[in-house]
Amino acid sequence: MIETSDLHKTFGNVQAVSGVSFTAQNGQITGLLGPNGAGKTTTLRMLYTLMQPDSGSIHIDGIDAVHETLAARQHLGVLPDARGLYKRLTARENIDYFARLHGLSGMALRKRVDAMIELLGMQDIAGRRAEGFSQGQRVKVTLARALVHQPQNLILDEPGNGLDVMATRALRDFLRQQRAEGRCVLFSSHIMQEVTALCDRIVVIARGRVVADGTADELRVRTGATNLEDAFVSLIGTSEGLAQ
Amino acid sequence: MNRRFIFPPHLCAVWTVYLKEVRENLRDRRTVINALVTGPLLGPVLFGLLFSFTLQRQLADAVKPLPVPVIGAAYAPHLIHALEAQGMVVKPPPRNARAAIRAHVAQVVLVIPSDYDRAWDAGEPSGVELYYDSSRQGSHTPVTRLKRMLKTYAGLVVAQRLFVRGISPLILRPVVPEDRDLATPQSRSALMFSILPYFFVLTVFLGGMYLAIDTTAGERERQSLEPLLVNPVSRGAILSGKIAATVSFALVSLTLSIIAFSVVGRFLPVEKLDVILDLGPRFALFVLLLMLPLAVLLVTLQTIVSAFAKSYREAQTYLSILMLLPVIPSLLLSVMPLRARTWMYAVPLLGQQLGIMDLVRGETVSGVEVIACLIGSSVAALLAILLARELYASERLAVSA
Repeated sequence: MIETSDLHKTFGNVQAVSGVSFTAQNGQITGLLGPNGAGKTTTLRMLYTLMQPDSGSIHIDGIDAVHETLAARQHLGVLPDARGLYKRLTARENIDYFARLHGLSGMALRKRVDAMIELLGMQDIAGRRAEGFSQGQRVKVTLARALVHQPQNLILDEPGNGLDVMATRALRDFLRQQRAEGRCVLFSSHIMQEVTALCDRIVVIARGRVVADGTADELRVRTGATNLEDAFVSLIGTSEGLAQ
Repeated sequence: MNRRFIFPPHLCAVWTVYLKEVRENLRDRRTVINALVTGPLLGPVLFGLLFSFTLQRQLADAVKPLPVPVIGAAYAPHLIHALEAQGMVVKPPPRNARAAIRAHVAQVVLVIPSDYDRAWDAGEPSGVELYYDSSRQGSHTPVTRLKRMLKTYAGLVVAQRLFVRGISPLILRPVVPEDRDLATPQSRSALMFSILPYFFVLTVFLGGMYLAIDTTAGERERQSLEPLLVNPVSRGAILSGKIAATVSFALVSLTLSIIAFSVVGRFLPVEKLDVILDLGPRFALFVLLLMLPLAVLLVTLQTIVSAFAKSYREAQTYLSILMLLPVIPSLLLSVMPLRARTWMYAVPLLGQQLGIMDLVRGETVSGVEVIACLIGSSVAALLAILLARELYASERLAVSA
């Protein structure tokens, strides 16, 4: 479970995040929807402890992620905006590296890596160097290395970016499977289709603030709009920066 | 039995990062060629070239005949005879002395005027002209030699003339300087040897450069730094592993270079220069010892600089500038040789420079000097590492663009 309360973050004169609070529950997929530049990535970066918030609190499974960053990271699986692989290492070596950094070793390590390779159906590429992987193959490796330590919480920053139809479908199935296993899944997107197709709960963010928080139906009712698109536009104030 | 009970998790992470960086970079052909082939060979090859160049010039100075085009040789047969006896070879006269110098046909042209004989008979000074271009590389030696020959001849004539008049020529020499040059063959080649330590520093630089960039600016440019930093490992541990990998490459590079030097040392005709060039195993071990803390310092500086470069290319530019820094003590010592004091050995770079020069001259480095050198450089390296860790914790670092 991920709980945030009143997060603030400024870069120079720019107020990137000003008062973000929400909770992402276990066994649910929570979507962070907002136009480009709304503060989604900054919020997520604070959640996965890459950045320190200026004020506010973050709890990952009850652990204070602002102060106990290393402990909090043990409970997180993260697919950041930047998702480069080590091209001179094989897919398996890429996953193995992150697994070791999570403290796995010996038989336990090999079992976990094998399990991830099987789970994501990447036996064919496991022994190949990452140089020249397709987008879909790259996403599989980044997911595998992010989840190899079986974290309870998943944070994904715009996971659908640059994926073709097949890869998107595979990703959605994978996230649903994670939800079925009782995990807490939180991802950001500026694509309405993606959010509505997957999310149990939607947090709409604009200009660094949470402007709405609820299920798709609740958002429709609240805005009095007949379809979800109109609901978002009415919440955000503009359709700029959103994609179908 | 669980390994983590033997190693604390922090060290485990350092080791994991270290192994990964070494493995990944060993698979990069450009890095391997630069760190393990080009870098180590550069120093010895340059040194070999420099050595044979110095050798040629010194030999040229001493024994070679001095060819000089002479205009009006017929006016002064005695003079020409005397100069030829001292090693000058008369070359056919050019049409114009100035033109010959300008056209680089000759280094120096001797012109004897037609009234030479008349002045001689009258007991007046006979002027001869030396045409040369002092701004030209290589004109210095022949001009000096010719002037010395002329002076010797003039001294001889003066002695004869005084003698004829019944005066002892010794009256012209109230004070006689006598040379007692204490320069050893080694110290005479000081300039050449003072450049030697720089080659070792350069090798460390080249050996570490690719990893320093690849593990920091490169990692960020390839968008893999942010995912890496999200792992439950302190940034200090990650950085330590990266620096350790870079230091390893730099040290392997240095070791190969030292081996190459001792091989080159065997084939250099040192005896012709009458110098002792001690590049044996004792030298190799001492150099490695003195360079060890310096290598850590230099690599850490490289890592700091590259970590804050915006891109791979920018890091390369900064590092090329940083590479010029260690030339300073080499140049300084060759231009103004200062007296080595013990505290100087504690200054990083300078200490290694002095220590390696002592070794190469065949002199012994005292225990105090070795310890000063090791402690001084180690403290500097430690401070650099602490600074790097401090800087590496910055939020700005992880975020691409």
